[in-house]
Amino acid sequence: MKHVVTINKANLKASAEKGGCGKCQSSCQSACKTSCTVANQKCEAER
Amino acid sequence: MIHKFKQLGYNIVLDTESNAVHVMDDCAYDMLDLISAPMNEQMPEIFLTMLRDYPENDVRETYQDLYELYQNGSLFAPDDYQKYSDTMVKSPVKSMCLNVAHDCNLRCGYCFAQTGDFGGERCIMPPEIGKAAVDFLIKQSANRENLETDFFGGEPLMAWDTVVETVKYARSIEKQHGKRFRFTITTNGILLDDEKMKFIDAEMSNCVLSLDGRRETNDGIRKTMNGGGSYDIIVPKFQKVVEQRERAKKDYYVRATFTKNNLDFADDVIHLRELGFIQLSAEPVVTDEKQPFAITNADLPRIFSEYDRLCEYMADEKNPHFNFFHFMVDLDQGPCAIKRLRGCGCGNDYVAIEPHGDIYPCHQFVGIENWKMGNVKDGTLNADIKTYFAKTHIYSKKGCSGCWAKFYCSGGCNANSFIYEGDCRTPHTISCEMQKKRLECAIALEVNKAMKE
Ligand code: SF4
Ligand code: SF4
Repeated sequence: MKHVVTINKANLKASAEKGGCGKCQSSCQSACKTSCTVANQKCEAER
Repeated sequence: MIHKFKQLGYNIVLDTESNAVHVMDDCAYDMLDLISAPMNEQMPEIFLTMLRDYPENDVRETYQDLYELYQNGSLFAPDDYQKYSDTMVKSPVKSMCLNVAHDCNLRCGYCFAQTGDFGGERCIMPPEIGKAAVDFLIKQSANRENLETDFFGGEPLMAWDTVVETVKYARSIEKQHGKRFRFTITTNGILLDDEKMKFIDAEMSNCVLSLDGRRETNDGIRKTMNGGGSYDIIVPKFQKVVEQRERAKKDYYVRATFTKNNLDFADDVIHLRELGFIQLSAEPVVTDEKQPFAITNADLPRIFSEYDRLCEYMADEKNPHFNFFHFMVDLDQGPCAIKRLRGCGCGNDYVAIEPHGDIYPCHQFVGIENWKMGNVKDGTLNADIKTYFAKTHIYSKKGCSGCWAKFYCSGGCNANSFIYEGDCRTPHTISCEMQKKRLECAIALEVNKAMKE
C-alpha cells in the first residue's frame, strides 16, 4: 500500500469474543488517583 | 466511525471500532472527507474533480488502498459491541480503596476531600476496620485471584499502624484463600521516613507521590498547615523513594495537579524530570467552577497547546526520556473490548471504604449519603447500586456511543459526571475535551515511534 501505513494489529473485535475474564487491574480515570486511561492498562489474561 | 487529526506532522486516522491506527498521505487523508460507509469497489468519478490537486493515477490508487482497508475491517468497521453491553451484569469486587485517614497534614487548595476530612470529622481508620475490609474483599471477590487495595486518604501515612496491620493481616491469609493482594499507596510524603520507605518498598506494588512541579507552582497551592510551602520538605524524600524503586524496578509515579494558575504545566512536568523522576503524571484539577483556580472552557485552547508542546518535547529524542501517564497507550495489547465498555469499575468491581467501614462506589463518592452501599463490619452491600454501575457503560452514557474516543476513555469518571452534571451517565464535557486531546497526543507518540523504527 503506497498511501497508507497501518501502525497496529487492530484486533479489538477479536478481543471482545475472548474477553471479559476480569483478571486485569481496576483503573480509576480521575485526576485524584492512579488516573490512567483504560487503554494504557495491560491485559493480564494468560496468553 | 473514524477520527482524523494531524499531530507531530503526521496525518493520523483512528478507526474507532476496529482500533486500527493509520498514517495517511495527504491524498488519502483528504479523500476520507468524501467517503462514508458502505464503500463501493468503484471510485465515484467525481473524486477526480474534487481532488484535482492530486494526479489522477494517485487518486485512483489511493481509493483502492482505502477500499482494501474497508474490506479487511480496519476502516469504517461497524459498531457491533452493544450486544456485549446489553448483557453486562454485576462482577465480583476485586479492588478497594481504603481511606485510612480522613485527615491530612497539608492544606492543598484544590483537595476534593476538603483538606482530608471529606466534609465530616477528622478521623483515622482503626486496624480492625482495615482487617474487616480485607475479609470483606476476600469474600466478595468470588473467583478473582488478584485483589488490589489502595491506601488513600486524606493522608494515609497518618494512619500508619492501620496500613501495616492491614497488610500483615492480608498477607497472613491470602494463600489459604487462593488470593494475591496487590497494595498501593498514595501519599503527600510529609511523614515519609526510612522505616516507612522500607515497608513501602517491600509491600507496595505501586506508590503514588504527589508533587505539583516547580517550587512556585507547588507551594502556591500545596501548603503546610501554617501556610508555608511543602516543596522543600517533600522533594528530598521523594527522590530517595524514587531512587530505590527505580533500582528495584518497582512501579511508582509522581503525580502533579495543574490548575488555572499553571497553564504552562509542561514546564512543571519537565521540572519533575529534572528532579530525577521518570514516571510522571499531571492531571487537570476538577473543582467547582467558582474557584479562582478552576479550569473552564475558556482555558481549553491554552491547555491544548500546552499538551501539544509536551507531546513535541517527548517526541524529540534529544530530550531526556520520561513516561507521561496520560500519553501512554498500548495500541496492540491493551485491554479487551469488554473491559473498555465500562472503565473504572466503580461501584461494581471497585469500592471505597471510609474509616468507619462504610462502603461507597469509589473514593469520590465517600460521604455522599445516598451512595452509601453498606458496611464491612456486617458485610452488607447494596445490590441495586452495584447493578446500576454494572449497567453504566459507554452505551448507556449520554453521547459516548457516538464519540470516537469511547474505547480509550470508557465513558470517563462516573464521580465527576455525578458531581458536576448531577448524573453518572452524563459525561462532564470539559473532561471529555481534555481526554480527547490527550488521546490524540498519545496516539501520535506511538505513531512517531512506529514510523521511526
Ligand atoms: S466520557 Fe466523553 S470522551 Fe469519554 S467516551 Fe464519553 S463522550 Fe467520549
Ligand atoms: S468514578 Fe471516577 S473517581 Fe471514581 S473510580 Fe471511577 S474514575 Fe475514579
